[in-house]
Amino acid sequence: MRHTISVLVENKFGVLARVSGLFSARGYNIASLAVSETLDPEISYMTIVVEAKDENILEQIKKQLNKLIDVISVTDFTKKEHTERELVLVKVNYSARNKARLAALLKKFTAKLIPGKADSAIISAVGEQTQIKQLLEELSKFGIKELVRTGKIALAY
Amino acid sequence: MTGSQILLESLKREGVEVVFGYPGGQAIHIFDKLYDFPLKLILVRHEQAAAHAADGYARSTGKVGVCLATSGPGATNLTTGIATAFMDSIPMVAITGQVKSFLIGNDAFQEADVTGITRPITKHNFLVKDIKDLAKTVREAFYIASTGRPGPVLIDIPADIQAQDADFVWPEKVEIRSYQPTYFGHPGQIKKAMKTICAAKKPVIYAGGGVILSNASGELRAFAHKINAPVAMTLMGLGAFPADDPLSLGMLGMHGTAYANHAIMTSDLIIAVGARFDDRVTGKLEAFAPHAKIIHIDIDPSSISKNVKVDIPIVGDVKNVLGQLLEEFKKVPDSAAWLENIAELKKKLPLKYISREKISPQYVIESISDITKSEAFITTEVGQHQMWSAQWYKHMHPRHFISSGGLGTMGFGFPAAMGVKVAFPDKVVFDIAGDGSIQMNIQELATCVCNKINVKIAILNNGYLGMVRQWQELFYHKRYSYTCLYNPDFVKVAEAYGAMGIRVTKKEEVRPAIEKAIATDNVVFIDFHVEPEENVYPMVPAGEAIDKMIGGLA
Repeated sequence: MRHTISVLVENKFGVLARVSGLFSARGYNIASLAVSETLDPEISYMTIVVEAKDENILEQIKKQLNKLIDVISVTDFTKKEHTERELVLVKVNYSARNKARLAALLKKFTAKLIPGKADSAIISAVGEQTQIKQLLEELSKFGIKELVRTGKIALAY
Repeated sequence: MTGSQILLESLKREGVEVVFGYPGGQAIHIFDKLYDFPLKLILVRHEQAAAHAADGYARSTGKVGVCLATSGPGATNLTTGIATAFMDSIPMVAITGQVKSFLIGNDAFQEADVTGITRPITKHNFLVKDIKDLAKTVREAFYIASTGRPGPVLIDIPADIQAQDADFVWPEKVEIRSYQPTYFGHPGQIKKAMKTICAAKKPVIYAGGGVILSNASGELRAFAHKINAPVAMTLMGLGAFPADDPLSLGMLGMHGTAYANHAIMTSDLIIAVGARFDDRVTGKLEAFAPHAKIIHIDIDPSSISKNVKVDIPIVGDVKNVLGQLLEEFKKVPDSAAWLENIAELKKKLPLKYISREKISPQYVIESISDITKSEAFITTEVGQHQMWSAQWYKHMHPRHFISSGGLGTMGFGFPAAMGVKVAFPDKVVFDIAGDGSIQMNIQELATCVCNKINVKIAILNNGYLGMVRQWQELFYHKRYSYTCLYNPDFVKVAEAYGAMGIRVTKKEEVRPAIEKAIATDNVVFIDFHVEPEENVYPMVPAGEAIDKMIGGLA
C-alpha cells in the first residue's frame, strides 16, 4: 500500500543522499519524492510516497527516518487531514484537427495548454493523483509524446 | 590556529588521551602538528587496526575511541572497523584527511568519496568545508557518538582546511534541534510493565549490549533479584550479569546454553533489556518465545518491534528505565516454581565437552578463565573460538568481554586487545583467536612490540576456518571447500617481530604456557594445537526454533 509522509530536514549537503540511501539500504520502495526549501532556508521539506506492504514496515520507515541526525520531524499523512497535489507536464500531438476536443478536455480538468512551435503542445495540470490519472487516460487518446510528473506534495491542516 | 591545531585542541578538550592512526599525504598536516602536541598517537601497521583499536579502547573504557587516517585507501581501510563499531553501537570518532576542497570530485590522487562510502555505516558523518565549522563539528561528532544509541561518527577534513588559519572558538554547549534522544521511560509504560511483571509466573530477562553501553549492570543485578527472574545474555551482553550468580543463564541463541533457550521458549514474560532480537538470538522468528508477552527496553525506537512484535515497549536509557522500574516495584512475582524448574534444567543440560586425545579448545579457555581468576579482559576474533570464549570463560564484569557481535569481523580481536591494553596497561589482556582470524591483522605484532603493548594472544590452532568447516561438516556433506589452512610457524612469526612465541601440543602444557605468558613482560603468541575437528555445541541450525538444538550433548 502507498503512504504519503513528509519529512522536515536540515538543508545540508548530503541530506537527500542520507534519506534515499536509507530506503535503498533497508529495501524500502520510494514511489515518489519531492524536495524543496521552506520559508526557513535552513530547512527543506520532503514529501515521500512510500510503498509499505504492512503497518510494521511503515512504522520502521518512520522510525529509521527519525533516527537520521539531520531529520527534524516526520509526519505520516495516512490518518491526518491534508491536501495533496501533483503537477504534470504532458507533451501531446496538437493540430487543427484535435484543437477543439483538447480545449474541451482541458476545461474539464482545469489544465492549461502551452502551444509549441510545430505540431505539439505541452499541457500543464495540477491535481490529486486520481485526477491526474484520469487526465492522462484521456490525453492518451490524443497521443502522448512525453510526460513528466513532480511526484506528490502534501501539506497537513 | 591552523585547522590541524584546531582539531587537536578540540580533541584535547573532549578529553581524548590517545589516538590510533596512520599518516598519509592528505593527513600530513595533522601529523605535523601532532609531532609536538601533548596527545599520544599509537602508530598501527594497517588502518583497519586503528579503527578496531579505537573500538576496543571504547568498549573497555566507555569513552569515545578515536582513530585517524589519510584520504582514499587510508579511509577505506578504516571502513571495516567503522562498520564493526556501528553494528555494535560503539562510540567512536574517525578522522580522515581528504584531498583539497577544490579538488573534491576531480578523481584526484588518493581521493575517495568517504562521507558517501561511510554514510550507511556511521551514526553520522561530516565533510568539513569551512574552517569556521571545524571546532563545532568535532564537538558535535563526540556528542553524537557518545549519546543516545552510541555509534561511530566520521569527520572528513580536506587538506587545505587543515592548513588554513582561523580563530579557535569552542562551543561550550551542543544543541542539535534534530537530535533529541529519549532518556527516561514513559511513566505510563513503566506502570504497565511493572503490573505485567508482577503477574508473571515464568519471567526471563534477555539482556544485551545496551546494558553494558548504558553502564547499567548494577541496576540489572538489583532488578533481576528484586523480581526473581533469571537472566539470559546475548554475546554483546556477556559480563552484564555475573556468570556465577544463580540467576544467570549464560548466553542464549544459536550457540547459547540449552537451559537459556528452553527458558525463553517456555517463558510467559520476556523482558528484553538493551537487546535487539537479532536472528542469531531468535532463530526462527515465528517460533520464538510462543507463550511469552514481551517488554522491550531500548533507547533506539527503531529497535522496537523491528523483528518481534512487542507488547510493552519502553523507549529510554536502560540504566534510567531499570531505575524507574525498581521505584515502581510493588510485589515479588510468584516465580518460585519456575526458578526450581530452571535450576533442574541447568543440572540436566549443562554445557559439556568431551576430553579428547588432543587439546580441547574449550579446556584452553577454561584454563585462561581459571588462571586469570576471570579478571582478565578478553577480546576475540570471529568463529568457533569466539563462541567457545563466550561459553567457557566465566564472564564476571561488564566491558571485559570484547567481541565483534553484529558484523562478525575476523581480525578484530588482536587490534581491539591493543586498544584495551593501552587503556588498562596494568591489566591482563588476552585475545583469544583462531589460526584463520589472527592472520587478518597479524602485522599489529609490530605495533604491540614497539609500543610495549603486552597483550597475550591465545591461538586455538586447528588448521581450519573452523566455524565454516563445522557448517560444511553438518550441512554440506563434509565437503571442506577451501577451509583447510596452510599456516605459518606462529612461534617464529612472533619471534621475528620481537615478541615471544610458545607452542603447546599437549594438554599438560596448557596451564604452564598460560602462566608463563602472563608472567612474561612481552607480547606473547601461544600457539595451541587443538583438536582439529572439534565442534561448537549446542547449536541451533540457522532458521530453526531455538529449542531445536543439535549436538548430542545438550
